Amino acid sequence: MPETGVQSAHIHERAGKTLGDVRLQEAYKSSTLRLYTHRLQAMSEVPGFDSLRDRARAIKAEVIEHLDEYLAEFADSVERQGGKVHWAETAEEVCGAVRRIAEAAGVREFVKSKTMVGEEVELNEALESAGIRGIETDLGELIIQLAGERPAHIVAPAIHKTRQDVAELFADHLHSERTTEPERLTAIARRALREAFSRAGLGVSGANFAVAETGTIVLVENEGNIRLCTTAPRVHVALVGIEKIIPRFKDLAVFLRLLGRSGTGQKLTAYTSLLSGPRRDSEDGPAEMHVVLVDNGRVRTLSDEKMRESLYCIRCGACLNACPVYRKIGGHAYGWVYSGPIGALITPEFNGISQARELPFASSLCGACREVCPVRINIPDLLLHLRGKAQTQHAPAASGAPRGEKFSMQLWAWAMKRPRAYEWGSRLARLAQRFWQRGQWIPKAPVFPMSRWTDQRDFPALASRTFRERWKKRPGG
Amino acid sequence: MTTAPHHPRVHLFVTCLGDQFFPEVGENVAKILGRLGADVVFNAEQTCCGQPAFNTGYRDEARGVAARMLGLFDDCDYVVAPSGSCSTMVRVFYPELFAGEPACLAQAEKLRNKLYEFSEFLLKVLKVEDVGAFFPHRVTYHDSCHLLRELGVSEEPRKLIRAVRGIDFIEMPDYKLCCGFGGTFSVKFPEVSVAMGEEKIRAALDAGAEYLVANDSGCLMHLAGLIHRRKLPLKTMHLAQLLAQQGP
Repeated sequence: MPETGVQSAHIHERAGKTLGDVRLQEAYKSSTLRLYTHRLQAMSEVPGFDSLRDRARAIKAEVIEHLDEYLAEFADSVERQGGKVHWAETAEEVCGAVRRIAEAAGVREFVKSKTMVGEEVELNEALESAGIRGIETDLGELIIQLAGERPAHIVAPAIHKTRQDVAELFADHLHSERTTEPERLTAIARRALREAFSRAGLGVSGANFAVAETGTIVLVENEGNIRLCTTAPRVHVALVGIEKIIPRFKDLAVFLRLLGRSGTGQKLTAYTSLLSGPRRDSEDGPAEMHVVLVDNGRVRTLSDEKMRESLYCIRCGACLNACPVYRKIGGHAYGWVYSGPIGALITPEFNGISQARELPFASSLCGACREVCPVRINIPDLLLHLRGKAQTQHAPAASGAPRGEKFSMQLWAWAMKRPRAYEWGSRLARLAQRFWQRGQWIPKAPVFPMSRWTDQRDFPALASRTFRERWKKRPGG
Repeated sequence: MTTAPHHPRVHLFVTCLGDQFFPEVGENVAKILGRLGADVVFNAEQTCCGQPAFNTGYRDEARGVAARMLGLFDDCDYVVAPSGSCSTMVRVFYPELFAGEPACLAQAEKLRNKLYEFSEFLLKVLKVEDVGAFFPHRVTYHDSCHLLRELGVSEEPRKLIRAVRGIDFIEMPDYKLCCGFGGTFSVKFPEVSVAMGEEKIRAALDAGAEYLVANDSGCLMHLAGLIHRRKLPLKTMHLAQLLAQQGP
């Protein structure tokens, strides 16, 4: 069974597991590097890519500042097109809405295309317990569904799986031949999924963008499964995070040029579907179209003026690919469905900081994420802000961070504000370090947090004379 | 950018790590700036910029320490720090830290307008590329993240390094990659920090470098500590130390 809930408290264990697994290290490294490089190439082909990013950011900022108005406009537009809008505040409400739609449609099974909101609200698990089975139709999602795992990457959920892993999963669960050839593996998945598509009465999708002006749900993909999910079954449900709204149809010209390039380095993905309401007379498509507008922590995020910026995210995954920490610890270490730098922001925001206190600290704040973000979210700055929130709103003691950290910081600050105390502290430390000093180095420090430094690194000994002492003694000083 | 007075009065902000662990870095900065005509002074009232607390989310503690920095350098034209990270703290984060305190904010603005990281000061203010150093070795340069991405300084140190006589300067393929120090990240996530450091060191070794040069004591103590533990054939050096190397 896949795990549920937020498991971010176990980040150290999970990170250690990935770090110690040579195969996983290689999988993450090669895949993220490939996506990172493709993005760079794709960007270099677009003159003015950076001003495109500025425009995207400006549009997102405008939407998020006036989200209530745009949401109302979007809902009206959807209803005008003949679609039905459902507002869902919590994960339970999202799953409840989908369950009711499924029950009304009389289906015991539905096909599902990749949706991070669906992962977030644990739709499959919730509906399964109501006797309704969801079948993932995105290849990556299918793989992790069979493996009973959560996505390891926002865009490439099975990024950590090798061909061999997939071969085993397919052979075990789809009762197919055992092969590691990508073409044959794809054919096996296709056969299984075609059957599911042909009998499904309900298709569930996410949304990449939701256009307020026209009520259009926009979905991008490479496999064609989304198009099938949203058009073949009689009923289509789109799960839409409320931050997915963009004001005008023409804004798509900005975002579609950014999303594919930022995510996978593609000019456009193989399919772009624009869905505006259910089918009209003589058209193909679903007879019913439902849109579930999902809060699930987003309104809370909106209420923090600073953190609001994290809602600009278009889920391209570029920050994950650029992040040296993500590359090392992998997606599952973050303990929820979103990983990497953006996961470290929105996991504590959507769930409350007490649920994921360690995440904002799981970053060297190098800023590589901000450098690639298509909407220029200042991720390191927001992480710093969240660290402040973590220390003031959810003090360390209980959940992993060292007890006494605050006290040592206060002591440190006291001394730093008093140069004489600072100098005396330094003298005492230089005396004390003689017990552990080996030449210029301290191979094993006795006190926390330095002891964590010296587990795998030597720590430099304090200089026998500080700069200020030497400066005072210099000729003419 | 202002034009430098002929003999600018320059306060050295040596940083706490520089003061306590690497006094020779500050001395070399003073020596080089002195040689270039600056009148270098050091105010012993200085301690730390407050970044360790800020970086760890203790903003009140950071603010208290940072506030002490504000009035220490009023009697000078410039303040120079041999650290991209501490310079970033003052230039980028002080305005955020003091946003709610107009008096401190005004002082912080004044300070940030005259505070420069060492390599940046040489190029932008003194307009010097060649400081007359000599160092016949294969050297690579590691961009510390704050210097690179917060202050946008990447060409300046490279120009200074290329101008060193006898030097064989080589870039690492993924030179922008973080070394994994990250302030308190290095002890909060030591395994990850070390894994990132290993990758950086491997890149330097693969490039055939004898020396890895950087402008931040934090990155350097992390990498040097790892190199020393593993007994690897690579040496680390602060840019100021490199630029102080004299020829035969």
